[in-house]
Parts: sequence; structure tokens; C-alpha cells
Amino acid sequence: MFAWNVLQDIWFLLIGVLLAGYAILDGFDLGIGALFPFLARTEDDKRTLIAAVGPVWDGNEVWLLAGGGALFAAFPMAYATVFSGFYLALMLVLFALILRAVSLEFRAHDPARKRFWEAAFVGGSALPALLFGVALGNVVGGVPIDARSEFAGTFFTLLRPLPLSFGLLGLCAILMHGAAYAALKSEGDLLARARKTARVLAIAFAAAFALSLAMVWIYLPAAVRSVPAWVFAAFVWLSLALFAAAVKKGRDGRAFALSSAAFLSLWGIVGAIQYPNLVRAAVPERSLTIANASSSALTLKVMLLIALIGMPVVIGYTIFAFRVFKGKARPGAGGY
Amino acid sequence: MDAVLLARLQFGLTAGFHFLFPPTTLGLSLLVVVIEALYLRTKNEAYKELSVYLVKILGTVFVMGVATGIALEFAFGNNWAAYSRTVGDIFGAPLAAEAVFSFFLESVFLGILVFGRDRVSPKTYRLSAFLVFLGAHLSGLWIIVANSWMQTPAGFRMEGDRAVLADFWQAALNPSTVVRFVHTILGGWITGALVAMAIAAWLMLKGRAAGKAALLMKTSLAVFAAAAVLQLGSGHAHSIQVTRTQPEKMAAFEALWKTEDGAPFTVFGIPDEKNERTLLAVRIPKMLSLLVHFDPNGRVLGLEEFARDERPPVFLPFASYHVMILFGVVFILLGAVGVWLLARKKLASSRRYLKFLLFAVPLPYLANETGWIAAEVGRQPWAVYKILRTSDAVSATVPAGNILFSLILFTAIYALIAVAGLTVLLRTVRGGPGDAATAGTKGGA
Repeated sequence: MFAWNVLQDIWFLLIGVLLAGYAILDGFDLGIGALFPFLARTEDDKRTLIAAVGPVWDGNEVWLLAGGGALFAAFPMAYATVFSGFYLALMLVLFALILRAVSLEFRAHDPARKRFWEAAFVGGSALPALLFGVALGNVVGGVPIDARSEFAGTFFTLLRPLPLSFGLLGLCAILMHGAAYAALKSEGDLLARARKTARVLAIAFAAAFALSLAMVWIYLPAAVRSVPAWVFAAFVWLSLALFAAAVKKGRDGRAFALSSAAFLSLWGIVGAIQYPNLVRAAVPERSLTIANASSSALTLKVMLLIALIGMPVVIGYTIFAFRVFKGKARPGAGGY
Repeated sequence: MDAVLLARLQFGLTAGFHFLFPPTTLGLSLLVVVIEALYLRTKNEAYKELSVYLVKILGTVFVMGVATGIALEFAFGNNWAAYSRTVGDIFGAPLAAEAVFSFFLESVFLGILVFGRDRVSPKTYRLSAFLVFLGAHLSGLWIIVANSWMQTPAGFRMEGDRAVLADFWQAALNPSTVVRFVHTILGGWITGALVAMAIAAWLMLKGRAAGKAALLMKTSLAVFAAAAVLQLGSGHAHSIQVTRTQPEKMAAFEALWKTEDGAPFTVFGIPDEKNERTLLAVRIPKMLSLLVHFDPNGRVLGLEEFARDERPPVFLPFASYHVMILFGVVFILLGAVGVWLLARKKLASSRRYLKFLLFAVPLPYLANETGWIAAEVGRQPWAVYKILRTSDAVSATVPAGNILFSLILFTAIYALIAVAGLTVLLRTVRGGPGDAATAGTKGGA
């Protein structure tokens, strides 16, 4: 069928697609979670926002599990190095995601601890929204890797300028995306607040994007020569400008599509400057690449078949489910 | 403290806690499908109200399963990096396949089940119920594929110190996959069905929703009694497979120190590993040979056949294996008594049986957990049988202190989730079928 190196290229792309899918799907419910205290003024507002994400957040989160599982299956060396190397940071993400996963169900049905579960929803959304970008910034910007391909830094190694700027950018992108989805699903005062928040966040996104570009320029000068990265960067600016205009005109559906486009373009930049690396090492020859971190050709082939059989069906019924729940959200749906 | 021990404790805690929920989901999703089918056939509104009731419970249990499952998808990279590097070529694929073929299916259609009753046609709703059932069972299949490959690896070759896939179907359908899958699924059906029976029993004892409680009892008792009997067969087949493919594990299950032609089945005993003997042993002569070889004089290998550093511990696998079997017998009796009472139309009035059902709720959970402990501790000292030792499988870069930190937080968070989850579930159960239970699905329209 395909040569090994072609399969590796395909899996680099597919994992990018899964993670980008995660970003634009779970991104909006993470964003709504993190913006919850700013958007919701009344209990009805809260229940509207929860009803907007309630039926879909779980399916959205599976994109992360699929991306993580695919990384494990296709590039186990990179999965092992990153997940053990970034141990404490990933534990924080895990604890946040665990508490967040139960938070909406328990907020609705465990009245004695309602405030706690609401805080878990907010914090459990905000922390991963920030840390995902930091983690990505590290594998893109480069980390110390020893001769056995193990991560050779500490928790604080992860908190350098380039990764932090990526974290800020990811957070802004997720928040803006969440505000755009909130606008799509709400009415009245809540809608007005969501739109206003989205416009403010578009500016924050632009500032964080400019900062991240500057960090890449300083710390990763080779990346500046990537022509596709510049093309994607142009798409980011274009999408952002059109997004701000769409929000101003109250075209919420269009705004959400443009927010997704901006997010996808960010992933385009990451893919362009990262290929063929999975984890860039401070010492370049120790980098984990799609060639030296990969599974066998047979495993990549089997996985490709699984993806080709499974993912079209998944995309089909996910679209169906979003159509079932389309339109404005109403407080109280599903007992929330 | 030792990093290997801490990593094992953390995996044991996170997987053991997680394993409370998926079996419940397996059983409850089956019951929802059955009850939806009965509703379609009889048009009896009571079934619809029961379905609404069970879906609420299923929704809570499912969410807890999701929350505690995320940690496990990450755990192999977090704590078992050497494992991931050594066998990732084979072990990663079933985890990815589980996400693609089952997590999406379960999650998306559970959303429709819980939130969408008034937004989709009854036909689509029934289909969604079936797809949640299917997704839950496919998820079980893929994780069993992965686990079975650790127990009885097949379809691979070694390239240096890495295991590389040679034949996908051999690896996926390795010698223990099918029987382990059937055994685990039946354990789930028993769990979900007993939970539903206990709920029905509680409603009956309180004299609430009598008609619906009786229907729920009848349906779940049918599933429970059948699954309990079938489980005897699947357990037997599983033990034959273990004898063939992991003989030292069977020797540990039965605390069989010496190889015997005509080995006894030890009903009770306290294995003394140091002196290689079993204290207070009550044995049925030749029974083990008869069970695993269908020959009272068949040879069963004892622990003496295996190098000391390749033997599993004995006490824990022995004890948990026997507790599991004991509960398995209890389930068969409980099902038989229930069916007998039902046939004599005495079930609703038999308060003693109904009360016993309430107290029996922890038993299937203990059976699932002890069965799992027997299987996994019995696999030691290997992470992957004869390929990779557990002590060689951990992450080299994660200090013991970091694992201790995460272990403490996992314990605290899971304790909180256990308390809150139980509160929520009991509250939902107390709400009863019908009355207020349908209110939640109206708001979304």
C-alpha cells in the first residue's frame, strides 16, 4: 500500500486533524466553562450556558482521547517521552478534566456542594485551556532531551517565554471560541454580553498571536523561513478581522465558523513549523521525529484502516447530533 | 518509597475505581434497550417512565466512568513510559480504536439519550439507546483486547527489546480475548441488573410505583438470572484457558504448590507463601483436574515448576479468586430464588428477599474487582507475560515523590467523587420512576 515514510506523514497529519478537531469542538465548551462567571449573571444564564454544552461536551472531549490514543499507537516514543516528562503539568490537566467531567452532573443534582461543582466547572475548564498551549509550546519550542530520549528538565523547564506565550494564545483562542458559541446559543442580555466578550477577546487573541509570533521569531528563528506558516498566519489575521466584523453585525453562526477557521489556521502554523518533529529537542539530533518515534509500518497501516473506517462514521453522527441540538439553548434541558 | 510500588498503587487505585462504573453501564444500557423494546411492543407507558428513570441513572454512572477513564488513557505514558516504548507498537492501537469505534458512539448518543428525548423521533431514540449499548460493549471489547494481550501476547515479534506487530488479528484475538470479553461483559450485566433489581426492591418495600417496580423487577431479574447462570460457563472456560496459557497463574489461584495428577480444588485455605503450604485447607479431591481437564487424574502444574522470580504472589490472587467464585455462586442462587418467587407470584410480598437484594448491591462490584485483582496480580511479575517485567515498565524520569503527590490527589478527588456520586445517584433513585422524573426532558424543546 504505502511506504513507511508516507504512513508516518499521514499519521502526523491525522494526529494534527484529531487535535485540531479537539480544539474547535471541546475548545468552545472549555471556553464557555472558563468564561462562565463573566458571561452568566443569573441562574437562568448559567443554566442556559450549561444546556448549550451539556449534550455535546463529552463527545467533544473524545477527540482528545482519540488524539492521545493515536499518538500512543502511531508514535509511542513521543507519547512516552512527553507524558512521562511533563508529568506534573499533565497531572494538573487530568485533575482538572476529571473534576470538570462530573461537575455539571453534580452541580445539578448535588445541591449541598453546588458552588464547589460550579467552581470545578470553571477551574476545570480554564486550567486545561491554558496548559494545553503551554505543553504544545514546549514540544514546538524545544525541550531538553537526554541520550535515552527521556525528558531532562523539570516542571519549571516548561514555563519558559515561548511556551507561556503559546499558553496565553491557546487560552485566548479557546475563550474567544467559547464566547462565539455562547452567542450562537443564547438570547437577550446573555447574547449581548457574549458578543461583547467575543469582541474583546478577538483583540486579546490578536495581541497573544503577535506575542507568540515574536517569541517564535526570537527562539525558533528557523521557523520563520517556513512559507506555509506565513500563509496560515495570514489566514489567522484574516479570520480574526472577519470574526470581529461578523460579531459586530450579529452574524453569530458566521462568527463561530470564523473563530474555528482562526483556530484551525493556528494548527496549520504549528504543523508547518513542527514537521517532521514531534518533540523538538534542545540538541537537534535528539529530537523525536515521525521517523525515529514511529510504530512499525504494519501498525500504522492497521491504524489507518481503523481511522478510514471509523472517522467518517464518527463525523457523520456528530453532525447529526449537533443538528438535533441546534438552535438556542433553554435553561433546564436534561434536568440541568 | 519505591517508584514502582507507587506507580502500581496509582494504577490499581485509578483502574480499580474506574472499574466500578463501566460494568454498571454495560448492564444498565442493556436494560434500557430491553425496556425500550418492551415499550415498543406493549405500548405500556410504564416502560417509558422506567426508561426515563434508568437513563438518568445511566447518565450519572456514565459521566463518572468518563471522568475516571481519562486518567487511564494517559497513565501508560505518565507512569509506564518504558512499557509504552516496549509494546506501544501493539498496545496503542486498541486504545485508539476504542476511542474511534466506541467512545464517540457512547458519548454522542448518550447526549441524545439524556437530553434529546423530545428532540428526536421514538425510533431514533430507540436507535440511540441501542448505539449507547453497542458503544459500551465495543469499548469493553477493545480494552479487553489490550488487557488480554498483556496476559497472553500473540501476533508479534521482538525487534531488539521492542515488541512489533506481526499479525493484527492474532494479536487482537489472542488466546484469552474472547473468553475474557464474555466473562467481563456478563459481570457487567450481572452488576447493572442487580442494581436495577435492588432499586425495584426498594420501591416495592416502600410501596411506591408498584406496577412499574414490578415490571422493572421482572425485566432485570430475567437478565440477572440468565447472566448469573451463563457466567458459570464463561468462568469455567476462562479458568481452562488460564490453566493452558498461564499455568503459574492457575497454580496461584488454587495455591497449588506441587504438580499433581488429580489436583484438588481448594474451597478454603490460607496460603502461607513462605513455607509453601496452605493452612486450614478444605479441599475437594481431584476436583481441579476434573474442572480444567475434564479428567479427575489430569495433571495440573504446581508453583514448584516455575522459577521463583517468575512466580506470581499467591495470597492475593488466591483470596480474590475464591471470593469472586463465592459471589458467583451467590448470584446463581439469588437469581434462582428470585425466579422461583416470581413464578409463585410471591416476589412482591417476600420482604426478606427484597431486603436481601438491597444489601446485595456491593456484591457484584466486589466480584468484578476481585476477579480483576486475581487476573492482574496473578499476571505478576510481568507487565506483559514473559516479555516485560512490571519493574522494568515504569517511567524512568518520574520521581517517586511526584507519583506520591499525584496518588494523594487522586485519592482525595476520587473520594470526593464517590461521595458526591453516591449522593446524586441515591437522590435520583429516590425520585422514583414517573412523577417528577420526566420534568427534566421537557425544558429543551
